[in-house]
Amino acid sequence: MNIAQDIREILGSNEAFSGKADRLSEDDSLFDLGLDSFGSVQLMLALEERFNIEFPDELLNRKSFSTIRAIREAVSTLIQQEAA
Amino acid sequence: MESLSSLPGDALLDDEPAGTPTFLDRLFDYGLLVRTGVDGLYGRSGGFESVVDALDRMITRLGAAEGAEVLRFPPAMSRPAFERSGYLKGFPNLAGTVHSFCGDARGHAEILACLETGTDWTAQQEATDIVLTPAACYPVYPVAAARGMLPAEGRLFDLQSYCFRREPSLEPTRMQLFRMREYVRMGSPEQVLAFRESWLERGTAMMRGLGLPLAIDAANDPFFGRAGRMLANNQRAQGLKFELNVPVNSLEKPTACLSFNYHQDHFGSTWALRQADGEVAHTACVGFGLERITLALLRHHGLDLAAWPDAVRAELWG
Repeated sequence: MNIAQDIREILGSNEAFSGKADRLSEDDSLFDLGLDSFGSVQLMLALEERFNIEFPDELLNRKSFSTIRAIREAVSTLIQQEAA
Repeated sequence: MESLSSLPGDALLDDEPAGTPTFLDRLFDYGLLVRTGVDGLYGRSGGFESVVDALDRMITRLGAAEGAEVLRFPPAMSRPAFERSGYLKGFPNLAGTVHSFCGDARGHAEILACLETGTDWTAQQEATDIVLTPAACYPVYPVAAARGMLPAEGRLFDLQSYCFRREPSLEPTRMQLFRMREYVRMGSPEQVLAFRESWLERGTAMMRGLGLPLAIDAANDPFFGRAGRMLANNQRAQGLKFELNVPVNSLEKPTACLSFNYHQDHFGSTWALRQADGEVAHTACVGFGLERITLALLRHHGLDLAAWPDAVRAELWG
């Protein structure tokens, strides 16, 4: 499973990143580049479906979805927890 | 910013023995509110309305210097505009839609038969193009956008409307149909944030002048569901919403009487509303819950308006 690639694919379905998700760096601020609040909610729901995880309340905030790196780390942790 | 912990203790709220009538019961008994059989849907007495009217005039005086454009809409808006506004993304559970009978003569007979037998008669009701207004400012954004780009100084609107939110409750401060007065500012981020800051000060001074204990707190809208928790966390983290809270039903859960909201470019993007330089417009609003402020006054100064402190009466009625 290539988590980072899957995250980019999901980001690509957001209007703000359409056609340029592959060019984002791991630390680009997604909110500075056009991700809005509703967009971040859609991103969260899509990630949950793709990876079969559920973000706990403490991760339901802007910081968790601010960069590809932050998302990848959160998703990786949640996948490990689900597997344990 | 003040915090609730700085509020003085309030004997009115602390010392009610169990078994005494609730605040809502006393409002009914005193004739200030009138039962309709539906929680959160009440009639108002002349006395109650005299306070609402005085508050409305007071808010007009407080905002008079800025020359806001006054617009009044009925408590309903176009369904397409409502759908575009994004309200259903955050609050599907609170929305109220207007449905009407769209059947024929046979359908009419069926309705009457259902009424006769006490069964559900609403099957032939269909959604109309009208939705109940959820917040006083919602109808104004498409109107402003239809005028084209904002002038360099932006725009300022003065609105008041009955608003509907489907949340039946026995707390008198949570009505399903209530009046909201609003000033709405449209312009650059700097313009709208300066507006919100000035109303935080003016609103606080107004409520202090009415002899009410208060606190300003960061807040979030009651977004629906798990996705809503994320929206709420984001709203708080970004400092987009503040509320002026007054203890009315309890000290632990004070009531938001005023709210100060920065929408960023949400409505600007939604309605293609642009600043004079072509950038997407930002918007902010200050909202006054007219029934809630009235109830706060009744709670703290008593149900007999004539017995309210002279200073409070002077603020309201001069």
